[in-house]
Amino acid sequence: MAANDLTKRPALGQRSASLRRRHLLAALFKACCVGLTAAAVAVLGLLIYQVAADGLPWLDMQFLTNFPSRFAEKAGVKSALFGTLWIVTLTALISLPVGVLAAIYLEDYAPPSRLTRVIEINIANLAGVPSIVYGILGLAIFVRFMGLERSVLAGALTMSLLILPVIIISAKEAIRAVPASIRLAAFAVGATHWQVVRAHVLPAALPGILTGVILALSRAIGETAPLIMIGALTYVAFVPAGPMDEFTALPIQIFNWVSRPQQEFHELAAAGIIVLLVVLLSMNALAVLIRYQGTRK
Amino acid sequence: MTALAASRTRWGEVILRQLFFFCALISVLTTITVIGILAVETFSFFQEVAVTEFFFGTEWRPLLEPKAYGILPLLAGTMLIVVGSSLVALPIGLACAVYLSEYASQRSRHIVKPILEILAGIPTVVYGYFALTFVTPGLRQVFDDVQIFNAASAAIVVGIMVLPMVASLCDDALRSVPGSLREGAYSVGATSFEVTARVVVPAALSGIFAAFVLAVSRAIGETMAVTLAAGATPNLTLNPLESIQTMTAYMVQVSLGDTPSGGLAYKTLFAVASVLFTITLAMNLLANKVMRKFQEVYD
Amino acid sequence: MKNTDLPLLEARGVTISYSGNAAVKDVSLAIYEKKITAIIGPSGCGKSTLLRSLNRMNDFIDNVTQEGQILYRNSDLYGADVDPVEVRLRIGMVFQRPNPFPKSIFRNVAWGPTINRLPGDINVRVERALKQAALWNEVKDRLDDSALNLSGGQQQRLCIARALAMEPEVILMDEPCSALDPVSTARIEDLMYELKQNYTIVIVTHNMQQASRVSDYTAFLESGRLIEYGDTDEVFTRPKQKRTEDYVTGRFG
Repeated sequence: MAANDLTKRPALGQRSASLRRRHLLAALFKACCVGLTAAAVAVLGLLIYQVAADGLPWLDMQFLTNFPSRFAEKAGVKSALFGTLWIVTLTALISLPVGVLAAIYLEDYAPPSRLTRVIEINIANLAGVPSIVYGILGLAIFVRFMGLERSVLAGALTMSLLILPVIIISAKEAIRAVPASIRLAAFAVGATHWQVVRAHVLPAALPGILTGVILALSRAIGETAPLIMIGALTYVAFVPAGPMDEFTALPIQIFNWVSRPQQEFHELAAAGIIVLLVVLLSMNALAVLIRYQGTRK
Repeated sequence: MTALAASRTRWGEVILRQLFFFCALISVLTTITVIGILAVETFSFFQEVAVTEFFFGTEWRPLLEPKAYGILPLLAGTMLIVVGSSLVALPIGLACAVYLSEYASQRSRHIVKPILEILAGIPTVVYGYFALTFVTPGLRQVFDDVQIFNAASAAIVVGIMVLPMVASLCDDALRSVPGSLREGAYSVGATSFEVTARVVVPAALSGIFAAFVLAVSRAIGETMAVTLAAGATPNLTLNPLESIQTMTAYMVQVSLGDTPSGGLAYKTLFAVASVLFTITLAMNLLANKVMRKFQEVYD
Repeated sequence: MKNTDLPLLEARGVTISYSGNAAVKDVSLAIYEKKITAIIGPSGCGKSTLLRSLNRMNDFIDNVTQEGQILYRNSDLYGADVDPVEVRLRIGMVFQRPNPFPKSIFRNVAWGPTINRLPGDINVRVERALKQAALWNEVKDRLDDSALNLSGGQQQRLCIARALAMEPEVILMDEPCSALDPVSTARIEDLMYELKQNYTIVIVTHNMQQASRVSDYTAFLESGRLIEYGDTDEVFTRPKQKRTEDYVTGRFG
């Protein structure tokens, strides 16, 4: 029996050259992973530094209250900021109810049928469709077919379709996290299905749903391509007064400034990016806050 | 004592149920509408342009005379972006994931994960700005013949953009490999590298593969950064330092111009979108299928 | 305890804490060559933690601190110059749940010897290990099949073969039968009896019948403390401590 033949092995503490090599390789590999992760984190720092260095000097009240202009020193983001607010508000009003009701159906009502499976798979795959394709859809359906033209409403409808899969997926997760015992207890006292959902499931799932919706909306705020596809304007010197007005939005304004050759417009774009990132970060902070409140209960 | 009455229909419940069902159905209707529109417009495009010219033509010049409708230059442009961004995002993203799941302490995980989430949440137009004002000038210092608009710069920022997604999905895949496998590997005298590279990563391979496919699909559909940084020159080239045009960038170019609706130029929009949609949908279907299979293994 | 041999492995005043909470308290225990030592005790008594400290498997858990000494052939297992990989080459382990790699049956057994470049023909080594683990006849025709297709009992014997292929001196077994049916359990108990000829085995179990059937020595742990340690016969029939008696007769735990 060859087992336990210790004569072949050095004593503890006298590691062989090959083992030393293996440890060296392991250390190198770890250093590689740590280094590359640090590099990825550093890129974020670099990006923020670049934006801040370019944009901060241009950031003042005038920048927020002026309309765009072909003179860089007079240009501002007023119309873009209001356009973005319009788009976000309308998108929230449309996608929140539709998304949540769809999630309720899929989690609480849907029979385990073929159609349900098709819907689920379809939602998962829609989430990966490039945003520009939603733009094409919006262009064909809302702008041309429904005749909404280049309006805020057409933009909001397009954005709603874009973020619906995200909202449905996160709302479903929040609803699924509600313990089954809550439902059973409510059914046991004779509540109808909708009463159970409204009185017990939805309130319990609300923080999770809202977090998901806010994160989805912050994605909508940053999206540019679909709005360009439906023909949102890059130069708008007024604030939209209603859902049928033409509009521009922050990312479109930024796109417009970046695509100009002059340095000062690049710096204006950086200032616009700061405004956009502040809006996004405050929405993310709100989402974190709601999630925190939800878990504390 | 009365018997239980036959249950009466609660109309309110029925109507609500139908309403919920309709909301869920909207997603399916969206897909059907997208496919329908793309099919109809693309079909009408092929009434005027030969299928062979579209797929095998080597020149794309639909807005200028003499017109040419070969999509290969746009596909080549997209391919350059995909290859370049994959070179950045896949290895670095996987390295981040390995760090997060195999090496990081709870504490550093709580720092690095949110930073990656922030990177993932930055709008794509910001990456376009970063490419033009930081990456391109950097490239021009290193290489001599870099054009102002070039594929390399766009590919790098698209890589940075999809990196967090790769890291996050690969991290999920690696973490779903049971810890007992790592212990088994250590117990036969493996080093941390051998455990990771020869047991954990192979065990998570299908999940990692799905993450890579989704990342490539994202890179194909990416629009703003490539529009801003890669240029608007349909160019059948393999040189990443030249100006190119991707499928998405072409679509933006048409939308920003005054292309009259209904004309042939307008229809190219849908033909290009069809190709884009088909490729990305196929990749997403594949990735989701692999992902589901993978999750079944470790459930 | 009658054994006058030198112990192969010896814990001296070992205390192991998770984030400051001691799971093992001041345990001293000697493990003798080519014997089966059972560690019994109620769940959460620290027996797995103690076992895992014997081949440095606790190294991977965050916030674990360890005091005292663990000696292997009189050298400190945790000495500054000692490589944990070397420790695990000599002291193998079989886990609570079968954890074969998602690779072929052959690769499962061959992987450890290959990465450690153990001498000899790998095919011979794999065959010998599978035979020792009493699995060879069931798998010899399908060595390239995935190990995940084996039954639970077969998987656990494969994991034993995986440990045996390293030709260790000691095999640590952490409740190796807790996830198995009675037939598979009986097979593994028979196997341990066979393996005792060549290997030193330390087994953690909450199954007292198992401990009394297979082991030569038994240690009884409660709340992290070693309450009693001695010949298995004595511990089960004439325990010195009241608490041991209560536990082995089933009045507690």
